[in-house]
Amino acid sequence: MKRLFPILSIVTVILLGYALYLALVVAPADALQGDVYRIIYYHVPSAWTAFLLFFINFVASVRFLARSNASTERAAKWIAIAIGVVGFIAPFLPPVRKLIPAGMEPSAVATTIVLIPVFYFLVGKWFPGDRLDVLAITSAEVGVVFCTIVLVTGPLWARPVWGIWWAPGDIRLTSTLVMWLIYVSYLALRRFSTSAQTQMLAAALAVFGALDVPLVYLSIWFFRTQHPQPVIGGGGSMDPRMLHVLLFSWTAFLLFGFLVCWSRFRLELLKREVEQAHAMESLVGAGASSETSLPLSRSAR
Amino acid sequence: MTSFWAVLSASLVKDIRLEWRSKDALNSMLFFSLLVVVIFVFSFDPLAEESRHIVGGLVWVAFLFAAVVALNQTWARELRNQVLDAYRVSPAPSNALFLAKSVGNFLFVSVLEALMTPLFVVFYNLRVLGPAWQLIPIALLGTWALVVNGTFFAAMSLRTRNREIMLPLLLFPISIPALLGMVAGTTAVLTGENSAHFYIVLLLTYDVVFTTASLGLFGTILHAE
Repeated sequence: MKRLFPILSIVTVILLGYALYLALVVAPADALQGDVYRIIYYHVPSAWTAFLLFFINFVASVRFLARSNASTERAAKWIAIAIGVVGFIAPFLPPVRKLIPAGMEPSAVATTIVLIPVFYFLVGKWFPGDRLDVLAITSAEVGVVFCTIVLVTGPLWARPVWGIWWAPGDIRLTSTLVMWLIYVSYLALRRFSTSAQTQMLAAALAVFGALDVPLVYLSIWFFRTQHPQPVIGGGGSMDPRMLHVLLFSWTAFLLFGFLVCWSRFRLELLKREVEQAHAMESLVGAGASSETSLPLSRSAR
Repeated sequence: MTSFWAVLSASLVKDIRLEWRSKDALNSMLFFSLLVVVIFVFSFDPLAEESRHIVGGLVWVAFLFAAVVALNQTWARELRNQVLDAYRVSPAPSNALFLAKSVGNFLFVSVLEALMTPLFVVFYNLRVLGPAWQLIPIALLGTWALVVNGTFFAAMSLRTRNREIMLPLLLFPISIPALLGMVAGTTAVLTGENSAHFYIVLLLTYDVVFTTASLGLFGTILHAE
């Protein structure tokens, strides 16, 4: 494992460098935006990575909460399976199909939903016990970093293209910002909590945050339809060469995100080990000092 | 089930009696929101048409800030004399306690809104152009949305350093969709330009989702010491 880390780091550096070369040189210029659009190769992969990490945080938090007793865990397991089964079939049914935005294939939606139970079981298998909480904190922290990149590169891109830094009515901008706010408050809670059960509090907050995201999306979606809107909302197809560069760039970003998560995960595990060792030491120390002081106090008496 | 309602009503009556005698939360909320209104009046001097567009936002921002003042006191009161620890070891259902606190806060914030709304009408010379009765479901559902999450997060922020500042940090991001629903719904009714139906449905959905989530997780929060 330890040898894998430097090897992966070198591979990531090479991939990121090559992705930069592809983005700046190989990818064709956009017909309308010219070279400005090339920021997409950083903006979009960061966004996808951030959303993936927030999703992992949610799954880990749910599993952590469910762990507290056996019947909840069983119920959560069946709910995850039910979501997978219903989510796989539903996108193909005509009434649900109408709700899917144009340009999105029902099979793509179905595959995405099936990932929920898959992640649920994989996360539970690979991260038993308290490691679920370590995974939750790791994914939230790294996710916030990637989300910050998205929120910084977004206005940089918007200014020359739309003529404004920020479009308050735009659904993706605003949902991403709210998501960022929620996860920053999550990290603040973890930092300022004095409870011995910080993990529980944080996991509960993560569930609240995940419930909030669809509502944010829904509210802004309606808000937007009533307001003038500078943004052309998706739809358009992409040049396959651009798409290839984008996917390659995402692969590089995913690997980079994975490496950062890995080292943060190990750091957190080590930190907890050190804390535990300190606690043990002071316990043993207190025991030893009370033993030595006892005879003394007896003799003094 | 009877014990559930007994605990709920006992706790609620206790909170109302405490508030009736001390008027701590209500007085501080009232004065605080009065200050906010006065500051807004100095800051913006809108025409009647403009004020219809901005008052929805001002009203709810004032109520949101005032509600935080009350919510911060709601659990802190139980820390004295280890009342909360007593709850924790007692077999009383924790959700009854949570609902009693939420309903209590809902009543206090509603009283505040009933007293402050005429002030907004006077200061901004408001005349409602849409169907005014729709403001009632928006206010009720919106207040419950603020209060149910606020009560939950106030219990959560009890276990943090600087808890007074922690509550808004946790509450505001989660409340954004509800706040958007309240503000946009109120503006829609005031201006009469478009229908507020969607916002009422949105607030209702928000309330159902987060009331369920709070009831499901409150036991965990209460016992996480």
